[in-house]
Amino acid sequence: MLRLNSKFGQARRSFLAPALRFFLIAIGALAAHPCLAQELSATSFAAERQIFRLPSEIPAPPENLPTPERVELGKMLFFDPRLSGSNWISCASCHNPSLGWSDGLPTGVGDGMRALGRKTPSLVNSGFNTINMWDGRAPTLEAQAWTPMLESAEMHGSEEAILVKLKAIPGYVSAFAKAYPGEGITKETIGKAIASFERTIISRDSPFDRWVAGEDSALSDSAKRGFALFTGKANCTACHQGSNFTDQGFHNLGLKGSADPGRFAIVPVRISRGAFKTPTLRDVTLTAPYMHNGAYRTLDEVIDHYDRGGDAKENLDPNMRPLGLTDQEKRDLVEFLKGLTGKQQPVVLPRLPQ
Amino acid sequence: MRMARIFWTTAILSGVLWASRAVGGEAYVIEQKDKQFVYKGKKITVLKLKVGDVVEFRNVDSFFHNVFSLSDVKMFDLGSYPQGQSKSVQFDKPGKVEIECAIHPQMHMTVEVK
Repeated sequence: MLRLNSKFGQARRSFLAPALRFFLIAIGALAAHPCLAQELSATSFAAERQIFRLPSEIPAPPENLPTPERVELGKMLFFDPRLSGSNWISCASCHNPSLGWSDGLPTGVGDGMRALGRKTPSLVNSGFNTINMWDGRAPTLEAQAWTPMLESAEMHGSEEAILVKLKAIPGYVSAFAKAYPGEGITKETIGKAIASFERTIISRDSPFDRWVAGEDSALSDSAKRGFALFTGKANCTACHQGSNFTDQGFHNLGLKGSADPGRFAIVPVRISRGAFKTPTLRDVTLTAPYMHNGAYRTLDEVIDHYDRGGDAKENLDPNMRPLGLTDQEKRDLVEFLKGLTGKQQPVVLPRLPQ
Repeated sequence: MRMARIFWTTAILSGVLWASRAVGGEAYVIEQKDKQFVYKGKKITVLKLKVGDVVEFRNVDSFFHNVFSLSDVKMFDLGSYPQGQSKSVQFDKPGKVEIECAIHPQMHMTVEVK
């Protein structure tokens, strides 16, 4: 902290030195007092908070601007298991609204109850993504929608079979005509409709959001200290940046026992080995387990992982380092993360056309 | 007399500048700032260069970046480096070079070398 020894010991005789020394000791004592730290967090961070203000508009491409018809159609498709080869798996089977739009499993389960390699990402606030999937292979939600459908290990569907099924259902024919007049039932319109629905899966109005808006009592003191740690000592904002707590970037966190190449399969550059996309932290209390392989069941385990600076040191992201967090600081971080749970909205299930 | 002095100063300075271009090419500084490639304070998507020109990629953000290119014309991986550090690349062949950050895929620019 403060170096009181050398400088002033050797100082030229000055009447200022003793006064300065007293002043520095007083400041040091005050700064160390816990009350001062709490006082700081109640009213400060006014500027820092604003970086985290969630935009009211969800971005959408000009050729797929949202309409109620598009969202309704997308919802039907999202919940429709007939899009799978088995007629049993829908998008919602894994992206379950009751489980934070994920499935509560360490890794997903696909066709024939086969265990998959990666955790089902939560779809919360995916409308703000500029790139999708753990390895970033899908640039848009429109593109991503087809990936699990066509993957034999996942929904095991085929483009041809899906188009035939949908065109044979009058309810879908009219829904597509209302949502995308003149465009018909195609791979494009199916992807666009599903993306339109996914853009409505938004977490907002969390205690954190209310605090950002100026409601100082919305977060507990512990959570406010957690915010200070999140943006400071714990270095979380190196990757969990901005209003959606993600830099849309790829990082290797040094998870033990993971041989998954991650981003390297798409971008063959050394730093991409074992790197995975930074997910959002909104609704993080609802989306356990955590990491690309569901390695951690609790937020405490996650924070311990970062506190250690990761485990597997080979090709570790350079932002990772041991943090030296105290037990109180870890608790404060968890309190902050709990504050990111948005106001839960009911999800009305669609009736699927026959 | 004064005109002669001005003339000769200009001539010598021009000579020095011309000589330095022939040796190392022109130097450009591209900043990695707010997860974008920035040139002279503005986001840049295309930079036109001559063979021999050098680009210094300077990280101004408070987190790491990793600039790379897989273009045949000039393939390189600068590795990751923190705020305040720079690495330079000399473009010694003509053609188009696609440059990205391996960590942040939204960072993308093209260098056109003639």
